[in-house]
Amino acid sequence: MVSTAKDPVLAVLSLSGGNDGLNTVIPRNNGHYRDFRPTIGVPEEQILPINDELGFHPTMAPLMKYWEAGQLAVFVGIGYPTPSYSHFRSMDIWHTCEPEIIGTEGWLGRAAKLMDPTAENVLTSVNFGRGLPRALVMEGVPVASVGNLETYGLLTGIDGEAQRSDALDVFGRMYAPAIGTGSVMDYIHSTGTDALKGADILATAPDKYTSNVEYSGTVVGQYMKNIAQTHLADFGTRILYTTSPYNGFDSHANQAQANAALWTDVSSTVDTFYTDLRDHNASDNVTLFLFTEFGRRVADNGSGTDHGAAGVALAVGEHVKGGVYGVYPSLAPADQEEGGNLKFNLDFRSVYSTFLEDWFGLEAEPIVNGNFERVKFFK
Amino acid sequence: MADQDIALVAHLMRRAGFGASRDEIEAKAAQGYDSVVQDLLNPAGGLDDDILMRYNPSYYEPGAIEVNTQLWVYRMINSPNQLQEKVALFWHMIFCAGHSKIDSGQEMGIMVNMFREHGMGRFDDLLLRLSQNPGMMYYLDNTESHKANLNENYGRELLELFSLGVGKDGSFNYSEDDVKVCARAFTGWNVAPAYPPFPHGRSPWVFRFDPADHDETEKTFLGETGPWNGDDIIRIICEQPGTARFLARHLYNFFVADEPQVPAWRLTPPRDVEAIQILEQAYFDSNYSIKAMLEALFTSEFFKDEAVRYQKVKNPAEMVISLLRMVGEHQEIKPGLFEISQEPKYMGMDLMNPPTVEGWHTGREWIDSGTLVERINFAAEMLGNTELDGVRGLVSRLMDRGDTLSPEQFVDGCLDMTGPVQVTADTHAQLVAHAAREGDLSHGSDDERVTFTRRTGEMFQMIAATAEFQFE
Repeated sequence: MVSTAKDPVLAVLSLSGGNDGLNTVIPRNNGHYRDFRPTIGVPEEQILPINDELGFHPTMAPLMKYWEAGQLAVFVGIGYPTPSYSHFRSMDIWHTCEPEIIGTEGWLGRAAKLMDPTAENVLTSVNFGRGLPRALVMEGVPVASVGNLETYGLLTGIDGEAQRSDALDVFGRMYAPAIGTGSVMDYIHSTGTDALKGADILATAPDKYTSNVEYSGTVVGQYMKNIAQTHLADFGTRILYTTSPYNGFDSHANQAQANAALWTDVSSTVDTFYTDLRDHNASDNVTLFLFTEFGRRVADNGSGTDHGAAGVALAVGEHVKGGVYGVYPSLAPADQEEGGNLKFNLDFRSVYSTFLEDWFGLEAEPIVNGNFERVKFFK
Repeated sequence: MADQDIALVAHLMRRAGFGASRDEIEAKAAQGYDSVVQDLLNPAGGLDDDILMRYNPSYYEPGAIEVNTQLWVYRMINSPNQLQEKVALFWHMIFCAGHSKIDSGQEMGIMVNMFREHGMGRFDDLLLRLSQNPGMMYYLDNTESHKANLNENYGRELLELFSLGVGKDGSFNYSEDDVKVCARAFTGWNVAPAYPPFPHGRSPWVFRFDPADHDETEKTFLGETGPWNGDDIIRIICEQPGTARFLARHLYNFFVADEPQVPAWRLTPPRDVEAIQILEQAYFDSNYSIKAMLEALFTSEFFKDEAVRYQKVKNPAEMVISLLRMVGEHQEIKPGLFEISQEPKYMGMDLMNPPTVEGWHTGREWIDSGTLVERINFAAEMLGNTELDGVRGLVSRLMDRGDTLSPEQFVDGCLDMTGPVQVTADTHAQLVAHAAREGDLSHGSDDERVTFTRRTGEMFQMIAATAEFQFE
């Protein structure tokens, strides 16, 4: 297990919609790539080489220094057996580690339960975005789900600070433990008290925060800023999660322009995020994981790409051992998954197992529903 | 009009519908409880779909899941046939199939339309329609079940989750052999190969029975032997006391008061044994009519009893829709409906996409620290918005209660307007103490009216934030 000065933290950025792995980490001198990507193939001279065969999309330039510093792990050919081409189902599989049956518990929910079994800290897991991703769902695990950190809280619609503070006082008293009101009412009271406590603590994060960097104004930029603010506020949060705008990476059409804009933002945001943490001397214990529900079709459709199978994921951090993990799937037609897709060779649950065992020090098997060989991407 | 009449009709509308505006509640109280029940049970007219589709052509047989959920949310808010919409939600929460696997918003819309149109009919008819619904056949893998290669998924869930339930009164309702036989009887119940989606887009899936793939051998199911096909299985299922119990408990759980979670039903007796017996009796007396069971339920003393009011945790759809109906928002298709249609999802109920075939866990399990914040903030945002016509209407009704209101009169008035909501003495005392900080309320001058309106909006928000408001 990796040793960090403070408890290890995992930040996750989910790239919603199925990011095109083939145009993210590009087999730059592969003839099949040129044949299959006549419209949206990236010209070889623009690709940023990371080894003899592969290179990053040009918009990923801000990540090159992490690659060169050996702090960026690139997972290629990542996926799972019998791929689902449905956004919802495939995302569910990544969230629950259940490719066969429909699971209800999330892998990070289970991890949080083991880290804080009695839910002592209501902020062990924090999600940024509306609604809870299934990855974080687990009975008995409180998760704050924050739509907007600046305005997060209860009764945010009440104008006037004094009025709202009065209202919250009343709320606190109304939700104080009551005797003899029935078990459901008791439960709601204690949940309300937790929510108020969590909101009160989280509300202090933006005020405590000062920074020299400027995040982009996009959803990804702002939520990554919120993740930094929450981490820097030292609430003991171990899991920080956010999702890029719903299905933004679903590039059936106009992919070249759309994905360039998305990756320009993601790459610069990752750099801003780590710069921010380093400036505060708080980067050591944070690993960032970027994943998506599937890759895309090998052949482009004239303007974009359709849903595919194996894809690409990334992990960034000072304890990460940089390199390419997994084998880049063959693009040769005979080697493709049925339907013209890349075949996976690296199970995402192997990567999860490494996060759980080597980063969090938790037993992975019951969380990921099986024994998957770890990928040694931590130093 | 007597307060108890209003409270009873408000209770009926919360359960048999998604609540109502104060005006509507008073009109229905004047109409009389029994007459309102009959209207609910016998939907007529309804939303004018011709006009709706003419002005909003994208809502005609929509393909995208987002549009299907929006259209459903719109119907829940605006349909005069509230019970019909409530029953559609009831079946959607039992006959669970989800977009996460089906991956066709159109099929989800078709399934929910079926629940709306036939959900109050005979249960055997409904089960037959369900077993021939292409989305369901695909969701539960009956499309993968063949004479030579059986897939038991639909056969099992039909018995366990859709009709008999695992057991009752401590014993089991069926055996593992019955599951296999049930699955064998449904072989050949399949979906015709779909037309390619190009160039005209997706077409609805079509049920097709394939006699060549059907296992027509003799089978013994729940003690009866014959060359059973799926419709025979449905006939036998509907004759079972277990099915009557299953429906009675589900109806009670959804319309009357929270029961334990379904898997506990084999061993845990019903909360109100007598009520369950009344509903079971109605099932058999009426030849399996859901409408007859509902009529027995809504006209019963156990439903009208004050002891069951505010005994159910609102599900997220109920929370969102009832607030919109109370404040009179989204009465026409307008921008913002998409955001509204996502609110139940933020509160843990992704409509048309239940988490598994077992559906959502209900009752207290709707509430966790994340969903509670969403529920409270949404309710407070709606009720506290004194710009909305519906809220202004409530404010002026409050003003009509007297030239000057004491803090206590004010709190009681606000609780009445927003429900009437029943709160504990502790909560009541906190609300009154809060109101007392600014003293009595008057509305003689413009300034006083501004203050009165602001304080009412704030008090509505406080009520929206109470633990009691989580119930219906």
